[in-house]
Amino acid sequence: RDIVLLWPPPAKYGGRHTVTLIPGDGIGPELLNHVRELFRFSCVPVDFEVVNVCSSTEDDINNAITAIRRNGVALKGNIETLHTLPASHKSRNNLLRTSLDLYANVMHCKSLPGVQTRHNNIDIMIIRENTEGEYSSLEHESVTGVVECLKIITRTNSLRIAEYAFKLAREKGRKRVTAVHKANIMKLGDGLFLQCCREVAAGYPDIAFDAMIVDNTTMQLVSKPQQFDVMVMPNLYGNVVSNVCAGLVGGPGLVPGANYGHDYAVFETATRNTGKSIADRNIANPTAMLLASCMMLDHLKLYDYATMIRNAVLTTMNETRVRLNSPRRCSPHTFHN
Amino acid sequence: MYFPGFSYEAFSACVLVMLWQTKHLLMFVGKITPNLTHVLGAVKKPALCSRSAFTRGLKTVTLIPGDGIGPEISVAVMKIFEAAKTPIQWEERNVTAIQGPGGKWIIPPDCKESMDRTLIGLKGPLKTPIAAGHPSMNLLLRKTFDLYANVRPCVSIEGYKTPYTDVDLVTIRENTEGEYSGIEHIIVDGVVQSIKLITEDASRRIAEYAFEYARNNQRSSVTAVHKANIMRMSDGLFLRKCREVAENFKDIKFTEMYLDTVCLNMVQDPTQFDVLVMPNLYGDILSDLCAGLIGGLGVTPSGNIGANGVAIFESVHGTAPDIAGLDLANPTALLLSAVMMLRHMGMHDYGKKIETACFDTIRDKKVLTGDLGGKSKCSEFTEEICRRVKDLD
Repeated sequence: RDIVLLWPPPAKYGGRHTVTLIPGDGIGPELLNHVRELFRFSCVPVDFEVVNVCSSTEDDINNAITAIRRNGVALKGNIETLHTLPASHKSRNNLLRTSLDLYANVMHCKSLPGVQTRHNNIDIMIIRENTEGEYSSLEHESVTGVVECLKIITRTNSLRIAEYAFKLAREKGRKRVTAVHKANIMKLGDGLFLQCCREVAAGYPDIAFDAMIVDNTTMQLVSKPQQFDVMVMPNLYGNVVSNVCAGLVGGPGLVPGANYGHDYAVFETATRNTGKSIADRNIANPTAMLLASCMMLDHLKLYDYATMIRNAVLTTMNETRVRLNSPRRCSPHTFHN
Repeated sequence: MYFPGFSYEAFSACVLVMLWQTKHLLMFVGKITPNLTHVLGAVKKPALCSRSAFTRGLKTVTLIPGDGIGPEISVAVMKIFEAAKTPIQWEERNVTAIQGPGGKWIIPPDCKESMDRTLIGLKGPLKTPIAAGHPSMNLLLRKTFDLYANVRPCVSIEGYKTPYTDVDLVTIRENTEGEYSGIEHIIVDGVVQSIKLITEDASRRIAEYAFEYARNNQRSSVTAVHKANIMRMSDGLFLRKCREVAENFKDIKFTEMYLDTVCLNMVQDPTQFDVLVMPNLYGDILSDLCAGLIGGLGVTPSGNIGANGVAIFESVHGTAPDIAGLDLANPTALLLSAVMMLRHMGMHDYGKKIETACFDTIRDKKVLTGDLGGKSKCSEFTEEICRRVKDLD
């Protein structure tokens, strides 16, 4: 069963859980509507508290954060960051992750039998540090025309994420953890990350540990992805590697992702796409969001419902053998079970 | 001034003959003064073309064989070039870090002098010993010649099967700044900060190079890869410069895409990309990703373009010390980089000939080195390519 590191969420009244729902932008609202319909159809004892976040003021995101603190669990779509706005307007998604200290982003990439891809038998768990690294949003223009961006790596966060990775690997019966880094160039920063991983690895002698440089990792991923088991890495490399892996197993519409903190958990699609170009056309693939909601049900300890919905989704994917490149109507799919 | 096809030797010979005849005529007339003889005598050596790289129509190129398998693959490339009768003269130099005045690590002065003169270089793999006390040789070369652009064209090789076919893209990576500025501090014990530097000048320079490359090589679109939603100011600056430069190149389509979207789409459908331009770290990751798509570093060419017209083409694989000296190495990467070099120098015909011979050999699959799936030796592979090159004549 899933993570036993976190306390169960507090928002439960009369046997029904309350979960914060953040629709976001682009395809987020329609996918989350599918989730709600499916939950209603399956009589899942979860109520959603919807909090809309529009990208202009800070109040909306603060309301969302308060709601998540209240309920403990959230399901969210991606909130768009218009980078034409001035730099003081930070990414809302990033703000949410850092305020709630959701330090681990977990993504499980598994080849689905019904999906045609170039590589088969992929089964990789990616654990990505979610709060610091290149995403610290600390930038300044010291001289006109010269911009400095700070990448922060700390010992506490690196130890924390390494601990998480090894605990998860042990729980799931995984054999090997690979740390992805670029310590030959960023000797102090990634060097510290690597050192922390090695220290934690020493406490788990049953799990093999090795390290790989990020450019070699991407090259290996496109030629032989079957060699990887569990991977742990800082923020930016996590972004690259998780997108590569999602592409390898069939695309952004198939893989769910989860952000875990000490007290809170937020579930979303793994590649965090806004999908503006396919929004409102009924062609977005709801699989990722549905599987994310199953992960959420597992977290709420509603294991039976989770299994039921997961089986329904995977059976639809595998039996009807729907080709991912063709536009498909997504609403009939959700009532398959 | 230089006129192609014009022989300075013939011209100077004619001038000398005329002057000699004039001198003797004047002497015969008896009006020669010692000063005039002296002046006429001084004209015996006319000024040669200032580009001493051209002697007898041959272009001189600095060759840095490198370490490990470097010398064997350099020999292979030289043999193939000889078979193709390319007008290239090689000047071999070695690169080892030496400590110059003031304790700064520099490359040997004879290598620097050779490169400054020839402006074109071909380099094999260089080893970077860990804890040698000096920075990597590649970094030194980059700093010495201000190699600001790393160009890596990735084209699927027919005959070398990978899960990806029809890959045809070019990654252009900014090579001097960005995340690899090497500026790191320990703020307090347990907190490290690395600084990523993005400047206007470097961004503009790389964007201009990318668009010019696209135009000169008949490419239709340039995509800027960035993460400006997170790194607003730094990647925002890079993106702004790219947009400004795109204004001057209206014939080429310009798009922008997030790094994660590029990665996602690249592994699903690499045919949608053409020329990609990006800062240092993303370029490092993406160029290796694209190399992986076509078969790895053993078959990928690479070129580094510097300010002042310097260009160094190199193979990006390692020194492979385990197979060094055993005649098992695969010279394809260095050969394709040399072909890139020929194209850069304008010798497209020779480049095409050698490239065709190389691809035909790989497609035939009769004589292949170990890493390509065959059992032949490096020398046999080279012989086969030489044979094909001669046949193509």
